[in-house]
Amino acid sequence: MSARKYKERAIEGIFLSFALVSLVALFFIMLFLFQKGLPIFRVIGPLEFLFGKSWYPTYEPPEFGILPLIMGSLFITVGAILVAIPLGVTSAIYLAEIAHPWIREWVKPTIELLAGIPSVIYGFFGLIVLAPWIQDLFNLPTGLTALTASLLLGIMAAPTVISISEDALNSVPASYREASLALGATRWQTTIKVVLPAALSGISTACILGMARAIEETMAVLMVAGGATLIPTSFLQPVRPLTATIIAEMGEAIHGSPHFHALFAIGMVLFFITLGLNLLADFLTHRFKEAGSGTL
Amino acid sequence: MVKKDLKIIVEDLNFFYGDLKALDGVNIQIPERKVTALIGPSGCGKSTFLRVLNRMNDLIPETRLEGKVLIDGYDIYADNIDVVELRKKIGMVFQKSNPFPKSIFDNVAYGPRVHGIKDRVRLAEIVEENLKRAALWDEVKDDLKRSAMELSGGQQQRLCIARALATEPEILLMDEPASALDPISTAKIEELIRELKERYTIVIVTHNMQQAARVSDYTAFFYLGKLIEFNRTEEIFTRPRKKQTEDYITGRFG
Repeated sequence: MSARKYKERAIEGIFLSFALVSLVALFFIMLFLFQKGLPIFRVIGPLEFLFGKSWYPTYEPPEFGILPLIMGSLFITVGAILVAIPLGVTSAIYLAEIAHPWIREWVKPTIELLAGIPSVIYGFFGLIVLAPWIQDLFNLPTGLTALTASLLLGIMAAPTVISISEDALNSVPASYREASLALGATRWQTTIKVVLPAALSGISTACILGMARAIEETMAVLMVAGGATLIPTSFLQPVRPLTATIIAEMGEAIHGSPHFHALFAIGMVLFFITLGLNLLADFLTHRFKEAGSGTL
Repeated sequence: MVKKDLKIIVEDLNFFYGDLKALDGVNIQIPERKVTALIGPSGCGKSTFLRVLNRMNDLIPETRLEGKVLIDGYDIYADNIDVVELRKKIGMVFQKSNPFPKSIFDNVAYGPRVHGIKDRVRLAEIVEENLKRAALWDEVKDDLKRSAMELSGGQQQRLCIARALATEPEILLMDEPASALDPISTAKIEELIRELKERYTIVIVTHNMQQAARVSDYTAFFYLGKLIEFNRTEEIFTRPRKKQTEDYITGRFG
């Protein structure tokens, strides 16, 4: 083999090893998570853990039922989606189909910038602006509720939804729009009946990734969700989602105690939820690529 | 030619993309229910001219038009013209077949639906009638729910013709409709064009001079944005009056 070929091989090898670093890191994160999380199931069965109705880790005897936390996450995520999807999809339609190109050139990077604001800053905004407003509006003892967290997360997830939906709308071939307009359809009819259906798989992906963004958010929900470990029955109650529980309690849990392992097991639950959502997003992206049409 | 047989009359048309003059002083009178072919080398303005006729160029920013374009005697660039109504009257078939990613049925029914026809039975009649006109019915009648994307290239183009015909246009604009097709599909499209001229005024852009000679009654030769010569097709191909036309059709440039 010539020297040049050796060099090619070497370069390939270097790039491959860098690419493998992230895979190896992922593997070790999983290993670590499972190693620390699985021991909880020596204390409590998996079903009892997932569906137990009370989370009192510091009582004697402690109770490790995470259903209130799962419900907290579910309430907040559903609420956030109800905010983020209409806000995100309509904004994306505006940017892709209606806005003048120079407006899009300015607005889209600005919206993408919003995704980069640290979540603790959003949390401040929630504490100072949203929470008092919700407290006054519904005359509540506290403004820190599932609704507050939903609104805040909805605003936080919207940039993800907008950005990916806009890309999906933009990638609809111009020839579809031309064909529709040439048939005497209005711009609005063209958007609703041709462009939107053709972009639906991308928009579905955007919504699912927005949902994942809402579920995995930690700091902002810790600040505004209220932190009560009760199974919520309304959006106006304080809740404590999975992520906030881990960060709030990790400091006080004794290393190696059942409480400590339970928090890691919550991490495992979150891991599987986000993994599932990402797989679903991936599936939706690829499934209808060929036909150019899609789901939701 | 008697005036009432003229479908499209264009007077002193200039068209600009920004500062670029793409059409320069075009005057042409296109007869009703005939096939008029537009030929000329790439960039000569023939496609631009075609898109002037249904105002598709409106979609391109910074374009400007001077002169008059009359269809049935009405200036289609007048302020009171409803572009949506105009485009309903003028069907268009594009160079690259562009069926929607919907079923065969929904593709053909698209135009009638956006124009307010909701009755299922009526829509089914329209779909059948126009698939027959586009000579596609026998090939697809068993499964109209199939995605249009599964059809072959030639079938897709005939579907696009059916879709264009379904809005009951009077004029059919075709922008190199067979340039991406194999010879058999091309022959089918050409045969179809000869049948369709019984009912429609057809204006077709083509790169292929044999095709222009085969399907058209009139031929317009464009060069560098100007209409060089317009006449009956057999005149153009046998006794061109201008040197440039003769050079082009004999293959000396192009």
